[in-house]
Amino acid sequence: MNILVYLIPISLLLGGAGLIGFVYTLRSNQYDDPEGDKNRILSGEWDDHPKP
Amino acid sequence: MTAALRPSPSACPACDAAPAALATAEAHVAAQPGQIMLSLPTIHCAACISKIESGLRAYPGVKSARVNLTLKRALITADPALSASDMVACVNALGYEAHELDAAVLTATATDKAGRDLLMRLAVAGFASMNVMLLSVAVWSGAADATRDMFHWISAAITLPTIAFAGQPFYRSAWGALRAGRLSMDVPITLAIALAIFTSLWETMLSGHHAYFDAALTLTFFLLAGRYLDHRTRAIARSAAEELTALEVPRAWRLENGAEVEVPVVALRVGDLIAVRPGGRMPVDGVITRGASELDRSLLTGETRPVFAGAGMQVSAGEMNLTGPLTLRATAVGSDTSLHRMADLVAVAESGRANYTSLADRAAKLYAPGVHILSALAFAGWLIGTGDVRTALNIAAAVLIITCPCALGLAVPAVTTAASGRLFKRGMLIKHATALERLAEVDTVVFDKTGTLTTGTPTLDAPDALDPIVLAVALALAEGSAHPLSIAIAQAGREAGVQPALITDIREVPGYGTQGMWQGARVRLGRASWSGATPVATAATYLQIGDDVPLALTFTDSLRTGAADSVAALMAAGKDVWLLSGDSTPAVEAMAKRLNIPHWMAEALPAQKAAHIQEMTAKGHPVLMVGDGLNDTGALSAAHVSISPASALDAARAASDIVLLGADLTPIAEACTIARQATRRIRENFRIATFYNLIAVPLAVAGLATPLIAALAMSSSSIIVSLNALRIRGRG
Repeated sequence: MNILVYLIPISLLLGGAGLIGFVYTLRSNQYDDPEGDKNRILSGEWDDHPKP
Repeated sequence: MTAALRPSPSACPACDAAPAALATAEAHVAAQPGQIMLSLPTIHCAACISKIESGLRAYPGVKSARVNLTLKRALITADPALSASDMVACVNALGYEAHELDAAVLTATATDKAGRDLLMRLAVAGFASMNVMLLSVAVWSGAADATRDMFHWISAAITLPTIAFAGQPFYRSAWGALRAGRLSMDVPITLAIALAIFTSLWETMLSGHHAYFDAALTLTFFLLAGRYLDHRTRAIARSAAEELTALEVPRAWRLENGAEVEVPVVALRVGDLIAVRPGGRMPVDGVITRGASELDRSLLTGETRPVFAGAGMQVSAGEMNLTGPLTLRATAVGSDTSLHRMADLVAVAESGRANYTSLADRAAKLYAPGVHILSALAFAGWLIGTGDVRTALNIAAAVLIITCPCALGLAVPAVTTAASGRLFKRGMLIKHATALERLAEVDTVVFDKTGTLTTGTPTLDAPDALDPIVLAVALALAEGSAHPLSIAIAQAGREAGVQPALITDIREVPGYGTQGMWQGARVRLGRASWSGATPVATAATYLQIGDDVPLALTFTDSLRTGAADSVAALMAAGKDVWLLSGDSTPAVEAMAKRLNIPHWMAEALPAQKAAHIQEMTAKGHPVLMVGDGLNDTGALSAAHVSISPASALDAARAASDIVLLGADLTPIAEACTIARQATRRIRENFRIATFYNLIAVPLAVAGLATPLIAALAMSSSSIIVSLNALRIRGRG
């Protein structure tokens, strides 16, 4: 049962990392234009060099 | 959708779905100088985005441009010197349709704070409930003694802060309801959460067997999901309604020292001299000081016949100037205009609708006291029976959790989201939360004529029956004018393949008509009084050749697409269809005959329309009103539920519950079907929820409901109810 001492914090950390990731996407306006984002990945505009 | 829009004066700048006090408070933040917002209704793909963005960026003075494909808008940051019309021209040159949007009206939806806040709470509740559920699985599968206690303590450590943060919308709303002396759905929710946490903590301290941390969290999660769906449906409706308003950037031309200066309508003051060009709308109430023209008053009165306007005449905001340039002196601006005074009529009429309680509220009224009494009885019973407060409290908490209104909280928003989404795809915007339910109850449909069943553009009656020479003369005279009746003649002439007659000295006399010389005789096309004719009752213009008796050319309004289908479908569905119009009797009668509408009423004043509808409502017929004009606003608010086309004045759009985004009327009949279907689903869901309660509540009262049963029952009922709600998307 001692393994729980590691496993529970690890599971909480992993879940927490997911939560923080979600909060980050929410804060950085990544849900404002889902249609546009899904189409933008198809654009070849910045294939050769990154967007300045 | 924008093709159907007519520019109109802004009667209600915040014409939106829900009262958005917050939104207007934030409206000033993003309306910075140099920020331009465009509506791009035709963009649809990745190529469109990059073409428009790179095109705009290449334009001198543009700092940045970002296209939003979801909202079909572009946000441009540029030098303050650049105007929106430059940007529209730039996008048009790239081959896309573009319209300027009034950023001040729109910014409220750009920063949807409330939605984001709910989503954040939903995510936190989801994260916590998953973790606690995992820990609970260990307890249910037999963890004992110290291990179980440790799991309970960890669960408590996760649950307490989560519940404190994620449940806030419920606590606030419950507190508000209690302070007002009401019992809303949120009161039992809050009580259930509080009691579950309290007993679970107590049990954990005494190292008991049962803790309801997982149940409290999943409950919060499901209810927040319902709350978020509900919010999103309304936010989408509000955003689309705001876009309609934002498309009408209200501008006027003020005469300053003899020069015309473009100013926003809000900057106009009483006494200002304002120039109104042919084709423009009166921005304010005023008196004509110079010029002569004809006015189209159809949006205000429903009357299709243009009226003469000359110096000294009173005009009201919203009337359209047809032929000659006019100069007005403003007598009333902003909220003093007759357009705004119509709002009083709306306020009086609206009191009837405020009495409507939604299905969910009606259910909550029965449900909330019932749950509290049941739980209190269970507590009292077990306390008397066993004398043990701990057991009794445990049972009471179990009863509250089991009965908690997941179905009510999730089922209604899920159904309305699915139904509104489907109607939105058909071009209907549901602005009001209970509009669908009210639409389902309707058994009488009242249509306005001008601008609703008709497009407001006239067509010439029976051009084939006319003498080709007459038509040729009329065509030649009409071609030089932008008057709607002239345009109709020109179109009819061209379709009939008639060559215009050779007429010299063509001259348009603003406010009267057009005249010229044909084969040595004077020919006149215009108003009855001017060409010496006796006026007929319908919309008509008069052609006089030489000294002959003038000939009346009559017109009918062309029907809107789908008007006939929609009326036929509504009558086939057993609805009583009425036509109420402010137009003259022959015109209304002809229209009623054309569409087979059995009941009609002509020359109705705005107050009469509203009174007629109230009368029908009083007789027990819930009325659906479809109208667009200012003269309809009273009737729109008096009706049980109301629909207006996107081309309506925004005062009319504000007064109605549903807005038709396209020019087509066909979706109206379909909307009634979908509304009835949605209401049936809601009732079905209530029945499912009741059935589930009938099974689960006796278990809980008997003390047999373990946390495992609570978790299973709650999740399964929520999922069943949501799936049932989604059925509305799939089938007709």
